[in-house]
Amino acid sequence: MEVAKDRLTAAGFEELAMPLFDQLYNFAHWLTKERSEAEDLVQETYAKALRGLASFQPGTNFRAWMYRILRNTFLTSRTGLKVASPVPLDADDAPEIPSSAGTPESIFIEKSQEHLLQSAIDELPLHFREVLLLCEVEEMSYQEIADSLSIPIGTVMSRLSRARRALRELLQKKLGGT
Amino acid sequence: MADEFTAKLDTYLDGELPSREMKAIDAHVRDCPPCAADVLIRVQMKRATQAAGKRYSPSPEFRQRIQQQIASRPRQWASRAWMAASAVMAILLIAGILNSYIGRERLEQEHAFSEVADLHVAALASPNTVDVASSDRHTVKPWFQGKIPFTFNLPELQNTEFTLVGGRIAYLGQAPGAELIFQVRKHYVSVFIFQEHAAPALRSGSGVRKHVSFNYETWTEGGLRYIAISDTTGEDLSKLAELLKTAAKS
Repeated sequence: MEVAKDRLTAAGFEELAMPLFDQLYNFAHWLTKERSEAEDLVQETYAKALRGLASFQPGTNFRAWMYRILRNTFLTSRTGLKVASPVPLDADDAPEIPSSAGTPESIFIEKSQEHLLQSAIDELPLHFREVLLLCEVEEMSYQEIADSLSIPIGTVMSRLSRARRALRELLQKKLGGT
Repeated sequence: MADEFTAKLDTYLDGELPSREMKAIDAHVRDCPPCAADVLIRVQMKRATQAAGKRYSPSPEFRQRIQQQIASRPRQWASRAWMAASAVMAILLIAGILNSYIGRERLEQEHAFSEVADLHVAALASPNTVDVASSDRHTVKPWFQGKIPFTFNLPELQNTEFTLVGGRIAYLGQAPGAELIFQVRKHYVSVFIFQEHAAPALRSGSGVRKHVSFNYETWTEGGLRYIAISDTTGEDLSKLAELLKTAAKS
């Protein structure tokens, strides 16, 4: 979603920002885990974006800009400050361990077990949850995720890999317990 | 299963590998059943995560609130612009109306004074300047009885520069009134007295004013409109006006 190199107007903003409303709300709810907080976060995101239209650089990715505002707003909110534990410095740069996908029998997710997967996503640390959601749910490219989270693309790749492994482990634990 | 491929399978499925490596993994997966099974599991996980991740939907009320929040700014701006434009239009309209009103008022007043000046000149030009010629106010005032629908007082002019020449009937706006002619040195002063409603265009001003070189002063007293007009000085007119005002109040 690249915006032409013309200055973005308030009318243009509405046209670009409203189609993102559902997905921004979904992401906000995953971050805050609470409806009213998610609404506050989205509302604040739109207000900030509208106020800061001048800071948006035409020709860059509008969706990544909106997600960046939402995430930064969340991280500075009361809930965000509570849950955003610092990411271990070596965590993103540690050598990749080839991940095992598990066996089809152990990992196969039935539609009826969707809530188990949701609960596993919910339990992921914030820095894993957000990168996983942006990749799998929003289908963002690694570059777009890097722009949204303000992290290098290499960090996106290693964090995503660890997030997936953590999710599988959580899920296997939950499936093993059922 | 080759570890070098396993490490890249998720990136491969995300479509983020360079095309050369993508092709290499494509070829490997076709020939490696364990890797093909691994890919299948990962694809299922991706799909399941995507479905599970689309968990929350905003309420229609919240959507409407955000939409209003976004839309309100330009509308506010438009509304403010509209209000500003309306205010300017209103000011211009009021100014126009006021200007037109003031212009019309001024025009009507000019007309009325022209008429008064005409009456003054016509009286002086007439072989019979006055219908009742007397310097005695007790003769002049009663002469008007029955001729005009009001009465008035005349001042005592003894020990003043003014003498009463006499009086005549005058009409302004088809309403009858009194025209009294006074003399001060060699100048004549006409003092017209009408009922106030007969000359609505005339407005009382402060002191002596000028109209086509005549000095005039107008005022109201006891429901009557007085207009003193002459080619004499404004000072003379003011003195005579004071005498008449004092007499009217007595």
